[in-house]
Amino acid sequence: MSNNEDSNDTQWPLWEVFTQPRDGKPHEHAGSLHAPDAEMALQNARDVYARRNEGVSIWVVPSNQITASTPEDMGPFFDPANDKPYRHPKFYSVPRAVKKRS
Amino acid sequence: MSPKSKTDIPGAEHSATQTLTEKEAFFEYLIRLADDRLILGHRLSEWCGHGPILEEDIALANVALDDIGHSAALYEYAAEVEGEGRHRDDIVYFRDDVDYRNVKMVELPKGDFGFTIARQLLFSAFSYFLYERLKDAEDEQFSGMIDKHLKEIKYHLRHSREWTLRLGDGTEESHDRIQAAFNELWTYTDALFYMDEVDELLIEKGIAVDLNDFKDEWKQLVTDVLEEATLEVPDFDQFMQSGGRKGLHTEHLGHLLAEMQHLRRSYPDATWE
Repeated sequence: MSNNEDSNDTQWPLWEVFTQPRDGKPHEHAGSLHAPDAEMALQNARDVYARRNEGVSIWVVPSNQITASTPEDMGPFFDPANDKPYRHPKFYSVPRAVKKRS
Repeated sequence: MSPKSKTDIPGAEHSATQTLTEKEAFFEYLIRLADDRLILGHRLSEWCGHGPILEEDIALANVALDDIGHSAALYEYAAEVEGEGRHRDDIVYFRDDVDYRNVKMVELPKGDFGFTIARQLLFSAFSYFLYERLKDAEDEQFSGMIDKHLKEIKYHLRHSREWTLRLGDGTEESHDRIQAAFNELWTYTDALFYMDEVDELLIEKGIAVDLNDFKDEWKQLVTDVLEEATLEVPDFDQFMQSGGRKGLHTEHLGHLLAEMQHLRRSYPDATWE
């Protein structure tokens, strides 16, 4: 697989690495790296981002497969929620046992 | 200098005049395992800052650290078994090449990336089968150590296998280079399976294992990887090098030790502040 539009680019494709700190926790973005293919990306991720017990699971995703919001999206994407308090689940109390778990 | 310098006839698999005690045999056995890993780790460490790409630089340094860590634990236990108050550093820094017991394969210069990967595959596959069996050894401290190191060895095997596949089945140049590396290394493979009275005595005690038990499995694994990598499997029945386990080495080991031991021998009482 190749994501090089620029044929002068001799780098291997870029991958984003997500590690799961422990069971039940969501995977978090750890960083990125270069690798020729998925298996090598996984191994490199283990060597670069999971050498010191940082996780129990790793995902690698080709960087060019990620669609991200842009700074221009700031307003339309994220603003409207802030002035509509009824959208926020703040009007009932959460049982303590539930709170502890999160 | 080690008090245990032997002047055996090179290549003699049995020194008739000598009967080993279990303690001597176990010490020798641990030193053989440790020397292999220290010297290989040292060779791998030479890639630090010279890897083909940042990620691989880190990967090779990781494997080097694993190997040196495995050797440190083995030396420490060897010193304990010996019971003469030596520190593991004494064993490492104050022995000459004739006292080193590693196989010749691990002391060869690092060569190109293909050579390093080919050697790592051959050695890690051997280590994997050996440790799989040694982890049941009837010596709790030894088997515990082996079990812990086995996890890392599995990763070394995976790493070198994946690279062998990619270099072998890669470009014409990568294929030719790693093929040449396997051809050159092949003559050093049989020495991995060397056994003598040390092994015999410890097999009886339930500590060591008979290396012949997994020789075919090792050949099969290596053959499968090479074939999948579109590489020629060299002939297993060719002339084979020997000698490392008896302190006979290539010229390369002396240079490596000179570099490794120089500081410690110049300042024997130096300590980390």
